[in-house]
Amino acid sequence: MTTETTPVIGVLALQGDVREHLRALETCGVRAVTVRHADDLERVSGLVIPGGESTTMWRLATTFELMEPLRKRIEGGMPAYGSCAGMIMLADRILDGIDGQETIGGIDMTVRRNAFGRQVDSFEADVSFHGLDTPYHAVFIRAPWVERVGEDCEVLASVATGAAAGRIVAVRQGHLLATAFHPELTGDTRVHRYFVELVKEA
Amino acid sequence: MSTTPASAQPENSATVTGPATGTARVKRGMAEMLKGGVIMDVVTAEQAKIAEDAGGVAVMALERVPADIRAEGGVARMSDPDLIDSIVSAVSIPVMAKCRIGHFAEAQVLQAIGVDYVDESEVLTPADEAHHIDKWAFTVPFVCGATNLGEALRRIGEGAAMIRSKGEAGTGNVVEATRHMRGIGAEMRRLSTLRGDELYAAAKELAAPYELVAEVARAGKLPVVLFTAGGIATPADAAMMMQLGAEGVFVGSGIFKSGDPAARAAAIVKATTFYDDADVVAKVSRGLGGAMVGINLDTLSEDQRLAVRGW
Repeated sequence: MTTETTPVIGVLALQGDVREHLRALETCGVRAVTVRHADDLERVSGLVIPGGESTTMWRLATTFELMEPLRKRIEGGMPAYGSCAGMIMLADRILDGIDGQETIGGIDMTVRRNAFGRQVDSFEADVSFHGLDTPYHAVFIRAPWVERVGEDCEVLASVATGAAAGRIVAVRQGHLLATAFHPELTGDTRVHRYFVELVKEA
Repeated sequence: MSTTPASAQPENSATVTGPATGTARVKRGMAEMLKGGVIMDVVTAEQAKIAEDAGGVAVMALERVPADIRAEGGVARMSDPDLIDSIVSAVSIPVMAKCRIGHFAEAQVLQAIGVDYVDESEVLTPADEAHHIDKWAFTVPFVCGATNLGEALRRIGEGAAMIRSKGEAGTGNVVEATRHMRGIGAEMRRLSTLRGDELYAAAKELAAPYELVAEVARAGKLPVVLFTAGGIATPADAAMMMQLGAEGVFVGSGIFKSGDPAARAAAIVKATTFYDDADVVAKVSRGLGGAMVGINLDTLSEDQRLAVRGW
């Protein structure tokens, strides 16, 4: 990919808030397409894994033989961004998954599913996001958090206040980005722009 | 909409700085995360596990599936909290539970025991013939049934964060769900063709809040997620509803009243994702054993119809 052409970025469309990510990406001036088959992956230069239910995405990705193609592309350097369930999918290790639950992996981190609690504990709050000038208003829905990160994994944001203060909720490792929250629900496209830059640089 | 708390309006949430729970954005957002998924009725922890293993995005914890409620009759109420607890402990996916229409105390109990979504449901016996629950007053989000656009917007006006078609639950017959999905879609398409000054009369006809009518006319869709429910029994039923504009599927009696629940559940999950790919729907429809027998709606008397409950 050269930076002159408009990048094509895919959104994994097995389940979840696919439309919101497509819209956020289009607002950033890239072409956004859905990815449901292994063939679709060949047409994109970056991939967003949306919010949704990680166990459902894993089941469907396994049944429709997407796990290995996804791993290959990510190992091969394709930029990827996961929000919430997408963060779980990009984690090398997970806690509180269901029996046998696998991830695509790529980011050297341990992510705990549903770490903040049940839906009544879902919340929105400002977080300071490394690389953004002003706080980012983040929406957390039955969200995971990052328990541990490896040496190469950069922490971009943590929870500021409350019982979960200090918990890691956004990370980057090379061409891979993950947030525990949902930038696609807020209309603030700065996190998507951050990812689009990663795709353009790749 | 003057009764709506300002903090519950999504457009105002951007001004919130500290952690805020129970906002319209986190309630509606939860439903966004369920899109493209299948929510399955379960009556035991074992069934909940089967649903989770089949790829369900959430389960609906019940004492009896609608087909049995129909068969046994009597007053149908909120499930025993112990049963709901056992299902909550069995799975890691979200757990929903039903309360009776207008029964805000049942809803308070469901919120207190930590269910992730409350379904104010016509499948249970209504507790109030005039008032639905004021859903803005809760931290837990609500899904409500609707047979048409006006009903959907009235529920959203009361704070529902997700809408589903009513269908005719427990029949294994999609004809009512089809009517509701087509009706809601057609009414939304009609609104988007109206002039701005015609929307006031449209709001009057729909008996719905003007602000929500104007919002639908502008966006061409509901301001919350729209699922389908009522009579879905096969992968093709799910695929049809998705093609008619559903953003996801509730399956009630259709799974655990069938010959091979695990296989049927997994097949409906796949058909919901690949709803527009007939090759996939064909492939997953094979070898599922018997579907639930079902009821021809012409044989149902008026007092046995659930979709007419609520208004």
